[in-house]
Amino acid sequence: MSQKTIRFIITRQADTSSAPYKEEFEIPYRENMNVISALMELRRNPVNSSGTNSTPITWDMSCLEEVCGACSMVINGKPRQSCTALIDQLEQPIRLEPMRTFPVIRDLMVDRTRMFESLKKVKAWIPIDGTYDLGPGPRMPESKRQWAYELSKCMTCGVCLEACPNVNSKSPFIGPAPLSQVRLFNAHPTGEMNRGERLETLMGDGGLTNCGNSQNCVQACPKGIPLTTSIAALNRDTTLQSFRNFFGSDNNI
Amino acid sequence: MAGNREFMYRKLHSLLGVIPVGIFLIVHFVVNYYAVYGVESYNSAVQFMENLPFRYLLEIFVIFLPLLFHAIYGLYIAFQAKHNTSTYGYFRNWMFRLQRWTGVITVIFLAWHVWETRVQAALGATVDFNMMANIVANPFILAFYIVGIVAATFHFANGLWAFFVTWGITVTPRSQVISTYLTLGIFVALTFVGVRAILAFI
Ligand code: SF4
Ligand code: FES
Repeated sequence: MSQKTIRFIITRQADTSSAPYKEEFEIPYRENMNVISALMELRRNPVNSSGTNSTPITWDMSCLEEVCGACSMVINGKPRQSCTALIDQLEQPIRLEPMRTFPVIRDLMVDRTRMFESLKKVKAWIPIDGTYDLGPGPRMPESKRQWAYELSKCMTCGVCLEACPNVNSKSPFIGPAPLSQVRLFNAHPTGEMNRGERLETLMGDGGLTNCGNSQNCVQACPKGIPLTTSIAALNRDTTLQSFRNFFGSDNNI
Repeated sequence: MAGNREFMYRKLHSLLGVIPVGIFLIVHFVVNYYAVYGVESYNSAVQFMENLPFRYLLEIFVIFLPLLFHAIYGLYIAFQAKHNTSTYGYFRNWMFRLQRWTGVITVIFLAWHVWETRVQAALGATVDFNMMANIVANPFILAFYIVGIVAATFHFANGLWAFFVTWGITVTPRSQVISTYLTLGIFVALTFVGVRAILAFI
């Protein structure tokens, strides 16, 4: 009686500079596994399909409930979170690859530093520190809060950058995620006080105008963030900002 | 402004594609359409265009300079993309890819088209119905013309869609769907005018 198994073809690489190679693995089938529990199984017994002893596969993870974005990888050709990729719903052999838009640290683990740098660059936060207590900020309408909550779901996973044809080594584009964050923080009644500053950054090199409207990001985002709506809205905001810059304005913040 | 050079170039690129290059494309196609009414009509229309006051100024500032900027900067943009329609076969991703392909095709076609008509005219040839009829008498060249015309109309119509997004005119998904249909209509209409006109020469 042949035992049911789960087959994997995993793209591995020893470190950032070494060449990638493919290795096949097979583990006994269990119900209700996800890609991470399968990778854990392989870590316990890292023997590849031809019976040779191999090394445990390296990957990244944290929350295990699709809110941190750390476990993102390319599964059967599409970038997604491995913690919510259920084995029973995947076609076999399951192909796992790292998201090559980012530098690969080892195997399936990538370095998403560029995304966090972008968030710093666009000032994706609300400055509330003063030398004295500034008191409560202006209130936000509940309907707007609910809308903004959707934008705040971004987990900096990098899937939208991986899906974007304009995010690559030939282009300086910072990608969709940090753009949408500007819209989030500019919509906040206190964050709005730094609106102009954030828009200026988006109008700099590698910014908003690098978007070529392929609209892959909005299709790929696991959190359903309306990235292309954010981009178009920011196009409107930066257009007006550029008019204010050029002609001068008594309404410039 | 210095720090925002890329922003300015990109916005300018988008604007010039519609005004004046897109407008010129429409005027050009409409004038070509006189060929459908016969040799006489076409020749008198060409003469009218040739005798426009300030012809050289118009040619330089309304056609050649904007077109050159749009073409050269456009090539730079086109070769920055790393296409991935095999993984993400969505409609807009295909439009993104086709926009870049048709842009490159249009540049090649135009270089040749300008050489064969405007440059020859400057060298003393007369641009009239006969000239065009001779050019498209060769079936391969006729096919090349049709490819060039369709590429140009596609690039213009889809570029107009992107123009609305780039300038923040269409923001919501619904407005972008509506402008997709609108620009699709423009593509079909302009393609008809362009192709019908070139076929009038055979
Ligand atoms: S916008 Fe979506 S796809 Fe992009 S990083 Fe955030 S959660 Fe991931
Ligand atoms: S581990 Fe956090 S998203 Fe998968």
